[in-house]
Amino acid sequence: MKTSQRPPWMEAPTKAGLAIKGMVIAVVCLLVLYPFVNIVATSLAGESEITRRGGIIPLFPSEPTLAAYKTIFAGGVVSHALLVSAGITIIGTALNLVVTIALAYGLSRPIVGGRFVLTCVLFTMLFGAGIIPNFLLIKALGLYDSYASLIVPGLVSAFNFLVLRNFFQNIPAELLDSARIDGAGDLAILLRIVLPLSKAVLAVVALFYAVGHWNAFFNALLYLSDTGKWPLPLVLRLYVLQGQPVGGATESPGEAVASIQAVQMAVVVVALVPILCVYPFLQRYFTKGVLTGAIKG
Amino acid sequence: MHRVSRSSGRSPDRAASRAARQAARRVQSGPSLGARLRRDRVMLLLVLPGFLFFVVFHYVPLLGNVIVFQDYQPYLGFKDSPWVGLGNFSVFAEPDFYRALLNTLKFAVLQLVLFFPAPIGLALLLNSIISPKIKRFVQSVVYLPHFIGWVILISISQQLIGGTGLLPQFLGELGLPRVDLMTSSGFFPWLVTLQLIWKDAGWGTIIYLAALLNIDTEHYEAAAIDGADRWRRLWHVTLPGIVPVTLLLLILNLGSILSVGFEQILLQRDAVGADAAEVLDTYVYFHGVLDGQWGPAAAVGLVKGVIGLVLILGANKLAHRLGHEGIYSR
Repeated sequence: MKTSQRPPWMEAPTKAGLAIKGMVIAVVCLLVLYPFVNIVATSLAGESEITRRGGIIPLFPSEPTLAAYKTIFAGGVVSHALLVSAGITIIGTALNLVVTIALAYGLSRPIVGGRFVLTCVLFTMLFGAGIIPNFLLIKALGLYDSYASLIVPGLVSAFNFLVLRNFFQNIPAELLDSARIDGAGDLAILLRIVLPLSKAVLAVVALFYAVGHWNAFFNALLYLSDTGKWPLPLVLRLYVLQGQPVGGATESPGEAVASIQAVQMAVVVVALVPILCVYPFLQRYFTKGVLTGAIKG
Repeated sequence: MHRVSRSSGRSPDRAASRAARQAARRVQSGPSLGARLRRDRVMLLLVLPGFLFFVVFHYVPLLGNVIVFQDYQPYLGFKDSPWVGLGNFSVFAEPDFYRALLNTLKFAVLQLVLFFPAPIGLALLLNSIISPKIKRFVQSVVYLPHFIGWVILISISQQLIGGTGLLPQFLGELGLPRVDLMTSSGFFPWLVTLQLIWKDAGWGTIIYLAALLNIDTEHYEAAAIDGADRWRRLWHVTLPGIVPVTLLLLILNLGSILSVGFEQILLQRDAVGADAAEVLDTYVYFHGVLDGQWGPAAAVGLVKGVIGLVLILGANKLAHRLGHEGIYSR
């Protein structure tokens, strides 16, 4: 099996070499994966076990309990932040896609003024106005303290635009021409030919946008003063990094009491789960998505 | 058109040849502007929202930089805030600014030396895995952290190496001092770099792996036949194959060298203090948005942006001099 995959000119690996390589690879994988195991284990541990073991649950708690999760969802703050983040992610990603697809398709063929618009877009990758002018603009537009301030300022990312435009440009011209001869207009070509051919790259771009919204921290910090509108990352910071106790926990006697550490890690897990859920399905498209954008940019 | 009608009185021969020449020129330059606008009207409509977005959210804010020359007061606005000329630029002489600049450079150098090569090494390792199954698995593992946001990532490091976390606990059991790496200002630059490596070294391999795949296997074969062992092949075939892409990424990195992990550092600034963690971006945020020193903070932001632009264009020019393509040709 192994020998058949190795090209004939390559010498057989030495035993020691293989062992060292295998170990390095195993260590790399462990360094990435272990932190996730640890936080899930801690979030499932009960108060007594965490106290007994000094806050450390290395692999799995002996008496797993969902007390921490009950606590965070009883308070309402985390559930509300979760809803806000989910809403921003879904609506934001949909808007991102529509506008980015339109721009990328429009500029994928030589049109009047296309060169100029393209240059305008690309220049923004080299030079940004800075935090303060952006903040003043949001204030001036009346977007301060609105959910729109989390979506509109990042409506099109120049990088994602490039990924899509390069992909659209590589669609064989004969396909588009034959559709045009059959009487299809530009919009019909986009909807019936270009988009169905671009599902994989669209999935990657959608993921990039969605992850950006889900993890949005600084824009929310900058543009939202109303804590009632806070998305999950800000709530996460409040509870985990700034150590504020999760409010609204009513502990009835007899039930397993969740320790602060378990509750904190439960919030982290809640923030992680959506990413971990979509990741395996989109993972195989990454290379394509990243390379169509980067190489020919 | 009117030139054709003017020349109609002259000899028919010359008029005809002239009309033909003009027709040829028309073909060369394509249809008239009006006709092209009509032809492209759907495409232009599609481009419009995105174009407007870039104008409003990327170019209009550039104008907002006028406050660099003002004693900007939010209740007065751009129009009525007093002009102070270059007064705000006195901020560049203040020790707070120097602290931020020095920290930024410190982080930037560490990242360039430690973070930048990390994906190259990891890509070489991945590339040397022969079994496609294992390779794909390792790839899925190392790409994952890229999608973890900074708030989550720092929460996780708090849990693993923070004061009550796994590492101090472990050290305590061994009878060693329980160090808290999350609040140590001396360790902070290293902490930031290590977090960055954990998050993005794997993701960074994608582009190198593609470059490695593009190397013609015949080169390897020829080198092997000539008696080059694996290390010589690495040195003479593999590494030259990834030089162009390395250079390209280095140029792009230079452009953002003064933007060292803004969210990442902002989130941990409380834990280690401003002396260790103030960088240019956090300086702008705290002095401008939070303390209301709009003009001076905007001046720092503007100068930082200009330096980034100069660096990236300069590095690109240098790449061209050295005979590489850089980020754009010409």
